[in-house]
Amino acid sequence: MSAVNLQLDENNKLRHFLSIEGLNRDLLLRILDSAESFINITGRSVKKVPALRGKVIANLFFENSTRTRTTFELAAKRLSADVLNLNISTSATSKGESLLDTLRNLEAMDVDMFVMRHGDSGAAHFLASHANPGVSIINAGDGQHSHPTQAMLDMFTIRSVKGDFTPLRVAIVGDILHSRVARSQIMALNTLGVSEVRVIAPRTLIPSNARESLGVHVYHDMDEGIRDVDVIIMLRLQKERMSGALLPSEHEFFQCYGLTEERLQLADDEVTVMHPGPINRGVEMATAVADGKHSVILQQVTYGIAVRMAILSMAMQPSSGREQ
Amino acid sequence: MSANFTIFNARLYDPSTDAQQVTDIHIAGGKIAAIGSTPAGFSAERQIDAEGKQLIPGIIDLNCRLREPGLEQKGTIISETTAAARGGVTTVICPPDTDPVIDTPAVAELIRRRAKQSAQARVLSIGALTRGLAGEQLTEMAALKSSGCIAVSNARQPVRNNLILKRAMEYAATWEIPIFVNPLDHALENNGCAHDGRVANRLGLPGIPCSAETVAVAAMLELAQESGAHIHFQQISTGRAVEMLHEAQVKGVHVTADVAAHQLHLTEMDIEGFDSNCHLLPPLRTLADRDALRQGVAGGVINAICSGHEPHEADAKLAPFPATEPGISALETLLPLTLRLVDEKLIDLPRAISLLTSGPAEIVNLNSGRISIGADADLCLIDLDREWRFTADAMLSAGHNTPFDGWEFSGYVTQTFFEGRMTWMES
Repeated sequence: MSAVNLQLDENNKLRHFLSIEGLNRDLLLRILDSAESFINITGRSVKKVPALRGKVIANLFFENSTRTRTTFELAAKRLSADVLNLNISTSATSKGESLLDTLRNLEAMDVDMFVMRHGDSGAAHFLASHANPGVSIINAGDGQHSHPTQAMLDMFTIRSVKGDFTPLRVAIVGDILHSRVARSQIMALNTLGVSEVRVIAPRTLIPSNARESLGVHVYHDMDEGIRDVDVIIMLRLQKERMSGALLPSEHEFFQCYGLTEERLQLADDEVTVMHPGPINRGVEMATAVADGKHSVILQQVTYGIAVRMAILSMAMQPSSGREQ
Repeated sequence: MSANFTIFNARLYDPSTDAQQVTDIHIAGGKIAAIGSTPAGFSAERQIDAEGKQLIPGIIDLNCRLREPGLEQKGTIISETTAAARGGVTTVICPPDTDPVIDTPAVAELIRRRAKQSAQARVLSIGALTRGLAGEQLTEMAALKSSGCIAVSNARQPVRNNLILKRAMEYAATWEIPIFVNPLDHALENNGCAHDGRVANRLGLPGIPCSAETVAVAAMLELAQESGAHIHFQQISTGRAVEMLHEAQVKGVHVTADVAAHQLHLTEMDIEGFDSNCHLLPPLRTLADRDALRQGVAGGVINAICSGHEPHEADAKLAPFPATEPGISALETLLPLTLRLVDEKLIDLPRAISLLTSGPAEIVNLNSGRISIGADADLCLIDLDREWRFTADAMLSAGHNTPFDGWEFSGYVTQTFFEGRMTWMES
């Protein structure tokens, strides 16, 4: 079953939200437009709309997360849904329950939507292909595959700063190979029609055939790669990359790929600097850049709530399988 | 005990002599008594009309996991040899990674006895190359050979120390036992679950590069040459390995190879949508690799097509792709997938038959894989023109894990005979 079929219903409406792949430009723009309408709510004193009143959303996080889980929870609560937070690492799987059994049990409790983060690529597709009709799956990150809500909030941020996608040159810097965020961002940027997506990293952190498989321009030299770009997205560098012989040290990474004020001069004057967080200051970027005038890192977090509200409300099915 | 019977009007092909004829074949006491006219004193209790059908030697599968002993939830000797019979297979050759491991004559004997009681095909074991497959101490290979093991192998477990591997080869060569190897560099495999290529990169699946196979092939070829052992490479998956094996064969190194039938039809593209039935080890590789494997089959570098049968219970495949267990339940698609190569004009029918019968027989020095007087009546009768639809639901294997559900094939096994006993007939 392809991702396209799984994510959309027969009217091409969102049924699950699993990956950017298979979604067209119009749908991505509709998500951004819908998020726009929720931005106003987040600024109000009463931050709630009744859109999902009576619906139950379960947060299934098989990997630790603070930011993503919290913003999903806030998004669901602002839509008036009831939210279940399941700390899976200490409950079901440690008793040997399979992912499918976890799904079935929660479906039996009339959960309408699952927001899942899982360490295995394809986990969200797996869940979606076995979910009851009327139950929606939202991918909050699966292995190294996809993190589509992060990509959409990044697109929202870019649009709010730049207005239009088409003239943009975007550079993504860091561990592309292991990054679900990068994969989703690249697909979203290409779908939205930016003029160029570049990835910048040493050869150990870029898939060998990235140009063909991901549709990007590959750079190994940071100064060359960020020249004249409009947006720079820095990725988080995981500490364990040092032990797998992928990098010699954080120090050398920062020397070669760290974003400093000096390097930033090479980019467009109006360059926007982004990071999905959490930042390793002095590893991916200098503090002066993270907190500098080009940085929109905290806006990304704020927008994350509105974008997730948009996606939750668009993917929620009108009635659950039981009522049908 | 099997009855005396005659199969008449069969299109008979014997790959050992390359003889084709339409004739009758007479079976008595589980052996082929005569081909052609009825011998004196022979009375058939049964006549089987094979008009228009192709009679070939029973298929010999070089790589088939029955799962017994140890993993009976996935399959048993009875269930899997029943599936073999449906697929026209009369001899299955099983890797030693059962539980317990086949590293002593006692375990080999246990399997032999169970098979004798219940099997619908000949079950031959490959003994372990090292004790417990731990890659450290040699097994008693002479004793394993005496108890019926036709080869030795470390299955998918690594022999990390090349000195031990070389000595194991030398020791096996002493007793003229072929060594079956699954070329895989475990460090380069690096917990991957799909070919390190375009599709896996896009899906974020940890990749297994071609070098995980070719580095191991290179090392094993060097050691094969020095040790003088017969090394048989199982289930190769890369085009580069075909080239390397060809070079070695030209130099006169005693190396042979097989390929799993599914590797000749599927590619990395088939894992799209995270289809866990296409989670395999070795992984499905590129179209170029598939085509190179096909050329290896056509050109003679590869002289056997195996099933690589690995039945699983449903739960083993019901998880996110990387968490599923690799493998295909493949006995029932081995022949149809091989015949498809004939339809696609890659090879002719005699070549296809030899790849499944005399080819594997030669690799492990078996006297079967031929149709001749006095030989065991291991036979498979095929309606070559019959078109049919393969479905997972109708499988006889305990494992229904197949990526070929719904495929249309031509060529259908109507009867299988093992030692003169009919082990499969369509109902």
